[in-house]
Amino acid sequence: MAWQWFHRLGSPRWFYEKSSAWLPWLAGASVLLLLVGAAWGLGFAPQDAKQGNSYRIIYIHVPASFLALAGYYLMAISGAIGLIWKMKLSFVVMRAAAPIGAALTFVALLTGAVWGKPTWGTYWVWDARITSMLILFFLYVGVIALSRAFSRDQLADKACALLALVGTVNIPIIYKSVDWWFTLHQPATIKLTESSSIDPSMFYPLLTMIIGFYGFYAWALILHTRTLVLQREWRTQWVQKLMGEGR
Amino acid sequence: MPRADRFPPAPGYSSPAILAPGERCGPGFAGLLRVELLLALRRRSDIANPLLFFVTVLALLPIGVGPEPALLARLAPGMIWVMALLATLLSQESLFRSDFEDGSLEQLTLSPQPLYFAVLAKVAVHWLVTGLPLALLSPLLGLMLNLPAAGYGCLVLSLLLGTASLSLIGSVGAALTVALRRPGLLLALIVMPLYVPVLIFGAGAVQAAIDGYAYGVQLAVLAALLAGAAALAPLAAAGAIRISTDS
Repeated sequence: MAWQWFHRLGSPRWFYEKSSAWLPWLAGASVLLLLVGAAWGLGFAPQDAKQGNSYRIIYIHVPASFLALAGYYLMAISGAIGLIWKMKLSFVVMRAAAPIGAALTFVALLTGAVWGKPTWGTYWVWDARITSMLILFFLYVGVIALSRAFSRDQLADKACALLALVGTVNIPIIYKSVDWWFTLHQPATIKLTESSSIDPSMFYPLLTMIIGFYGFYAWALILHTRTLVLQREWRTQWVQKLMGEGR
Repeated sequence: MPRADRFPPAPGYSSPAILAPGERCGPGFAGLLRVELLLALRRRSDIANPLLFFVTVLALLPIGVGPEPALLARLAPGMIWVMALLATLLSQESLFRSDFEDGSLEQLTLSPQPLYFAVLAKVAVHWLVTGLPLALLSPLLGLMLNLPAAGYGCLVLSLLLGTASLSLIGSVGAALTVALRRPGLLLALIVMPLYVPVLIFGAGAVQAAIDGYAYGVQLAVLAALLAGAAALAPLAAAGAIRISTDS
């Protein structure tokens, strides 16, 4: 009895029907948070003493970087759940998380480069954090490429889950080694963070943006998962019926 | 039940020159190691190709960047390491390929012996015929690229340790893509990010040796990476083989 919810959660149909009710709330809340956070951060937060207005890209850069990393773990964990409990839906979530995570990693890298130009005078530096983000991007790309290579979904699901798990073991190692490499090879001419403390007047809009990004991520993930569920289950009665109603 | 019935020798394994009539393939690690080694030694071109690739591409470097000795000496440790990595990667594609095609890989998954040891035997042989010759050949290339004298010992040692880790890590990728028809580029894509720590410490060790610092730390970390990879990578590769042969 206690595990009933768990088994229901694994059913694509149950997920599809329940998530229809969640979507508008999630979308509304995250759009509201993003609008408030963006207006607050871009319009009302004070200028940075050293960087002027250019620092304001932090309101996109930091949340995107957060989610790029968290998204990888979400992808790997749902892959592991799929492998262990043979849960169909879990694999679908993993597949849906890969392109979204890759896109967010790309956004983080791009905004970092745009931010780097006025502050450091260059778009790209082989800094430890930038390099490990780039490798994270390659890890995402590897999972996506592997998932596209198989013609059978079942095979692709398991292979991707395994690759994502191997990547999870590697992320801390890669991060540490890149960090070590950076400290060994590069003189510390450039500091990524001016200071670790951030003024509350800048922090609260940032926090709003981060929560907004999390909401947006969840929304995008559910939307993509729903699409994949429909694509996979199109033979089943409930999808046929749903499509019939839509017509 | 006699072992031969459960484990009928696959075409590649039953050549009379390898096994005398009545003699059975050894049940354990040593038997598999012997068979694999014999098979590898018969495919001479498979052994020669990675080495030739290694030499050829390194010969392109001076043509590309110019023959200036100081510049070459600066690039040598990193370039030799990157090329050794690529040579290992390219030879990895065939690690499970022929066994998958003739069905012996599937037989291995049915054998009572843990798949872990079968993978370990295959990787060990792969290292013996690629990593080991690459490491032994590297001083010659160092000479051609004007590698400073202090770097040679460390270059060979770091390559000996590092290529073994590369073979192990790559075996996961090879096992994941073995069911695909043309895995070449995909394999590179998914394995390359996982190679990063080995490359950092390998090239770092040689650079440290050239600069006159102690390089014991880097070699110790390479050895630690090897120990970790030897414990975990065959497990992951065994899981991947089960997924790939499941179709």
